[in-house]
Amino acid sequence: MTPAGVLLSQIAGVAFLGVAYGMVLYVISVGLSITMGLMGFVNLAHGVFAMTGGFILSVAMARLGIGFPLAVLAAFLGAAALGAAAERLLYARLYGAGERAQVLFTIALIFIAASIARLSFGTQAAQIRLPGVLHGQIALFGRAFPTYRALLILLGCGIAGVLWFGIERTRWGAMVRASVDNRGMAQSVGIDTGRLFTLTFALGSGMAGLGGALGADILPPQWNYPQEHLVYFLIVVAVGGLGSLRGAFAAALLIGIADTACRYWAPALGAFVVYGATIALLLWRPLGLFGAARA
Amino acid sequence: MTPALETRGLTRRFGALTVADAIDFRLEPGARHALIGPNGAGKTSFVNLLTGMLAPSAGQILMDGAEITALPAAARVRRGLARTFQITTLFRSLPVLDNLALAVAERQGIATRPWRPAARYAALREECLALLDRLGLAAQAGTQVGALAYGQQRLVEIAVALALRPKVLLLDEPAAGVPAADSGRILEVLGELPAEIAILIIEHDMDLVFRFARRITVLVQGRVLTEGTPAEIAADRAVRQVYLGESLHG
Amino acid sequence: MSRAGAYSADPRLRWPEMLPWAVALAAFFLVPDYLALGAHILIYILFALSLDLIVGYGGIMTLGHAAFFGLGAYTAGILASRTALTDPLIGLAAGGLAGGLFGFASGAVVLRTRGIALLMLTLAVSAILLAAANQANGLTGGADGLSGIAVAPLLGRFAFGLVGRTAYLYSLAVLFLGWVVLRRLVGAPFGAMLTGIRDNPARMEAIGAPVYRRKLLAYAISAALAGVAGALLAQVNQFVGLDVLGFAPSGEILVMLILGGVGRLTGAFLGPTLFLVAQDQLAKAWPEYWYLGVGLLLLTVVLFAPDGLLGLFDTLSAALARRGAGRDR
Repeated sequence: MTPAGVLLSQIAGVAFLGVAYGMVLYVISVGLSITMGLMGFVNLAHGVFAMTGGFILSVAMARLGIGFPLAVLAAFLGAAALGAAAERLLYARLYGAGERAQVLFTIALIFIAASIARLSFGTQAAQIRLPGVLHGQIALFGRAFPTYRALLILLGCGIAGVLWFGIERTRWGAMVRASVDNRGMAQSVGIDTGRLFTLTFALGSGMAGLGGALGADILPPQWNYPQEHLVYFLIVVAVGGLGSLRGAFAAALLIGIADTACRYWAPALGAFVVYGATIALLLWRPLGLFGAARA
Repeated sequence: MTPALETRGLTRRFGALTVADAIDFRLEPGARHALIGPNGAGKTSFVNLLTGMLAPSAGQILMDGAEITALPAAARVRRGLARTFQITTLFRSLPVLDNLALAVAERQGIATRPWRPAARYAALREECLALLDRLGLAAQAGTQVGALAYGQQRLVEIAVALALRPKVLLLDEPAAGVPAADSGRILEVLGELPAEIAILIIEHDMDLVFRFARRITVLVQGRVLTEGTPAEIAADRAVRQVYLGESLHG
Repeated sequence: MSRAGAYSADPRLRWPEMLPWAVALAAFFLVPDYLALGAHILIYILFALSLDLIVGYGGIMTLGHAAFFGLGAYTAGILASRTALTDPLIGLAAGGLAGGLFGFASGAVVLRTRGIALLMLTLAVSAILLAAANQANGLTGGADGLSGIAVAPLLGRFAFGLVGRTAYLYSLAVLFLGWVVLRRLVGAPFGAMLTGIRDNPARMEAIGAPVYRRKLLAYAISAALAGVAGALLAQVNQFVGLDVLGFAPSGEILVMLILGGVGRLTGAFLGPTLFLVAQDQLAKAWPEYWYLGVGLLLLTVVLFAPDGLLGLFDTLSAALARRGAGRDR
């Protein structure tokens, strides 16, 4: 192949892997963007739900012999249930409590979850054995791409579509949009923000678990998962703009591609490019790419 | 005579909504000028544009002939532009004295001094007490602002602005929410303000407006409807129409 | 609870403020076997004090303060191990300078944002430094850490022995000076201005305070102090590991400070002392359960005593005062 051809092939490969990674980041972080935009709650413990999903997948497949699709569903439902319980019992008490209390609370959750994970699963990352059909590669546009990554891209787009439909076309979505825009006003027109919050938080946590499970190949479930990846989740939300689906999607893809490209071509630079780009982006657009000032 | 404060074609748009529409406005030195208009006319937005809390979409703002359109809010204060807020914006958990002291310290340029305890700045404290005395609040110097009657809080709000020794003073509804018994005191204080200060007051209380102002500007939907002396405004047909249905305190 | 502002408060020293120093000196004589832990606590108190300036007094929440602590540690460590500049006071100055400069540079960016973006950027800055320290393993020793830190005798006379007596008194002296400086700072017009920005930035802007610049100044001072604390750590331990950087130490110092109580400097003494003593006693016995326990404690605190120990103390004394007043009637 010509040098140009080789380079093009590399770019295609990197872009593909980057988009797949971005999809995982999107699915995990979009829930955080919505709940932060909706409830204004600084939830640093969001990664806990992603980690939960990953571990549920691992346990379901390795110890209970459940098949991959069902295990992924279990991860989504398990994380959602955990989220609903946490919201009702704990988060709901701190909505008006101010940033300091919320930060302290979510750090506490990280400590607790990380300890439980460490006690239950040790310090090694959980290995996920994907079903045989997802191993290997498929041929696209005259090149071979990893099958699983291709599936991630497909699923990511599908989930983004479903979520967009849910937010834009359903009553629930309308209530979420109204409450994100102006919480006080939404309450005074009779929206039951309490139930809305629980439902949305459960959904957001479930999505995180789903992302954690689907992305377990790229981001292996491990006891220090919530702290380790916190920065990237927050970057997706801050760069995308709180409460913006488009923003989270765009930001996640940008970060996935940038991170993968750097690791491939300039490994010494590593995460610096992502952080540098984040800083530059936020200086240009302090509310995020698609963020808007809330009432 | 150079106006103390002037705007030329001042405009501010929020998408399709225009809160300030090419406003030409002059505030003369020593003015006693009132800005009135129905709710939503854009009066507070106008003040926010003047102080720099809001950036204009177009137009100019000049102070003493010099353009300040691009100047940040804090810098405008240093040039002598002070304001009070419609909703009392004081440090409620601090004593009245401390509220004033913070302003005086900024004016004197000592706000970043790092070593001598603030309580030992005797001259500064004296100045605050003297100002409070002129406003009849000396006895409340040590009282928490949050513990004061609302009318007194509004007075402290004015005191803080005066502590900056401004050349231009923008008062945003100084008597708003104050029970009728206490608003008389506020009117007294307004009447005793130094003659050199150019004062623009936003008010809904027409009694206060007609007793205080020598010139009145009427703002409707972001535009200047008309401007004139109190007598001219009271007789103006268009103004009456705009206020039809709204009760005039008189 | 009403607190008099700096312009109305009595600036004289109150006797409880002498307690920590009395306790620290007593510990020197009474528990000589624990001087290493003692020095560790003193260093973290200084670290917590620096954080209190911006979190408690400035109202700026940060998840990345260890960046300045670690930078100070590595600066002092590298100076003392790679150059002939082994004098501890030079190391302290270098650590403080490095912290302050980096605090100014990163603060200039970070403080332009608010809320979640601010939190995230403080995390990102901290992560950048950690990655850099890991990468530059020729300079920093990478994952193995920086050892071979030589510390010349303090003031030419007091050598740092194995028992840690010099190290302890040295840390105590540095902490004392740091505390004096901070106490003056928060009691002076600067402190009043800073808490004004915390409580009502719109009002401060309206009286002519350039809020962003002032926050940046406070941030840089806080970072410099954290850098001094880090340098102290490097000199006392004669070792610097990667665990001085990143989210873990940043989160921990934040937790220690909030547990003690923010905004009054005293919390910075209480929090780290209790946390580190407990950690010393308990974490060795049950390491996996230590963080679980801390997490559960934090959960309880945040739900029932969000103002930390000092807040609890205030509530108690207020309740007692009410009881006493009732009885006197």
